[in-house]
Amino acid sequence: MNSRPIRVLIAKPGLDGHDRGAKVIARALRDAGMEVIYTGLRQTPEQIVSAAIQEDVDVVAMSILSGAHNYLLPRVVELLKQEDADDMLVLGGGVIPDEDIPGLKEAGIKEIFTPGTPTTAVVDYINENVNRQ
Amino acid sequence: MLILEYIDKLLNGDKRTCARLISIVENNEEEAKNIIKNIYKYTGKAHVIGITGPPGGGKSTLTDKLAKELRNKGKTVGIIAIDPTSPFTGGAILGDRIRMQDLATDPGVFIRSMGTRGYLGGLSKATQSAVKILDVYGADYIIIETVGVGQSEIDIVKNADTVVMVMVPGLGDDIQAIKAGVMEIGDIFAINKSDLDGAARTAAEVKAMLDMGPRKDRRPPIVQVVASLNKGIDGLLDEIMNHMEYLIDSGELKNRREDNIRMEIIKLIETEIMRIVLQKSQTDRALEKATSEVVDRKTDPFSASESIMKLFSKNV
Repeated sequence: MNSRPIRVLIAKPGLDGHDRGAKVIARALRDAGMEVIYTGLRQTPEQIVSAAIQEDVDVVAMSILSGAHNYLLPRVVELLKQEDADDMLVLGGGVIPDEDIPGLKEAGIKEIFTPGTPTTAVVDYINENVNRQ
Repeated sequence: MLILEYIDKLLNGDKRTCARLISIVENNEEEAKNIIKNIYKYTGKAHVIGITGPPGGGKSTLTDKLAKELRNKGKTVGIIAIDPTSPFTGGAILGDRIRMQDLATDPGVFIRSMGTRGYLGGLSKATQSAVKILDVYGADYIIIETVGVGQSEIDIVKNADTVVMVMVPGLGDDIQAIKAGVMEIGDIFAINKSDLDGAARTAAEVKAMLDMGPRKDRRPPIVQVVASLNKGIDGLLDEIMNHMEYLIDSGELKNRREDNIRMEIIKLIETEIMRIVLQKSQTDRALEKATSEVVDRKTDPFSASESIMKLFSKNV
């Protein structure tokens, strides 16, 4: 049965005050037939990983605007590894300077989507790269 | 996953296994059967609480607060939170966790969001199986939060021991309260947002509705709460506990679970018969032939379905 919907956790790590971008992405993924679990603002990496495990998601997509991405995003990857859940596809988005992207990818964030990315690019990326069992 | 291995892991409260098994029962019917067959004997221990009510009534917030109250008493909690799946794209936004953030890292709480995936009645098709998995996983209490319901989504009553009907002020007049449907399934009525104008009136209307009904052994209590401020939650939990005590003392628990199991078996038979009949009618194109005959008015839908059923019963 390969008709099952892809499950995506959309998370907002850190102290951002708004989540417009996260909601736009959530809506786009929903319209692409995915089940999107949205957890709300100001999540710790521990909360995000715990939710990802319980929800058994295929993708963890994090939106971050505060500038703390170099700490928070790799921390989520690390915790997922500890939980033996590093088969989940981890994505980042938001205001992230170009020079930080190589470091984040090295830390295990598979792709970074910066402002102006069409939502269809995110949908396509997930469809092509998700690990399905 | 090897069957023995996963049963062991689930019985030992392994989170990842629990999560994986719920995914499997959601996605693969054949595997789901296998799992339930193997774990069923360990089920039946948890107290299953259904939280239902209109959209925006505060079900998620109430679920969050109830879970915390149960945690304070040292109980473990499983939560199944259901949100609607889009009938157009099959996608869904599952947003109930937003109101349950502090529970995310509590090791004594397991929260699972589910989309309805085309299932009507306020639950999802796999809810019943997910409840069983959480039961074996070790949750003392399992809270099922339904989708926002209107007037006739009452499947929760077939899946829960205690149904809490969440009402809010200002949704309609007292005629709404006496219409048939969801109002008839509440074991407890929680009037949420009771700090708003009209809460007393809503409570009075529910009370009047209960007064009009036939006398029963037990009258559903009405509890006023403000979930967002954590007001009245202890009282609501007391009523939930009282209801379980009543169910046990009166023998109602046995009856209720028996009824639900009977319904579950009938439902499974129905599904299986449908599958076989449709499969059979496909092999000799009986369904297509019958359909075109009805379209041409050579026969009628009743005779057509009878003739297909005959095809089937001959082969049993």
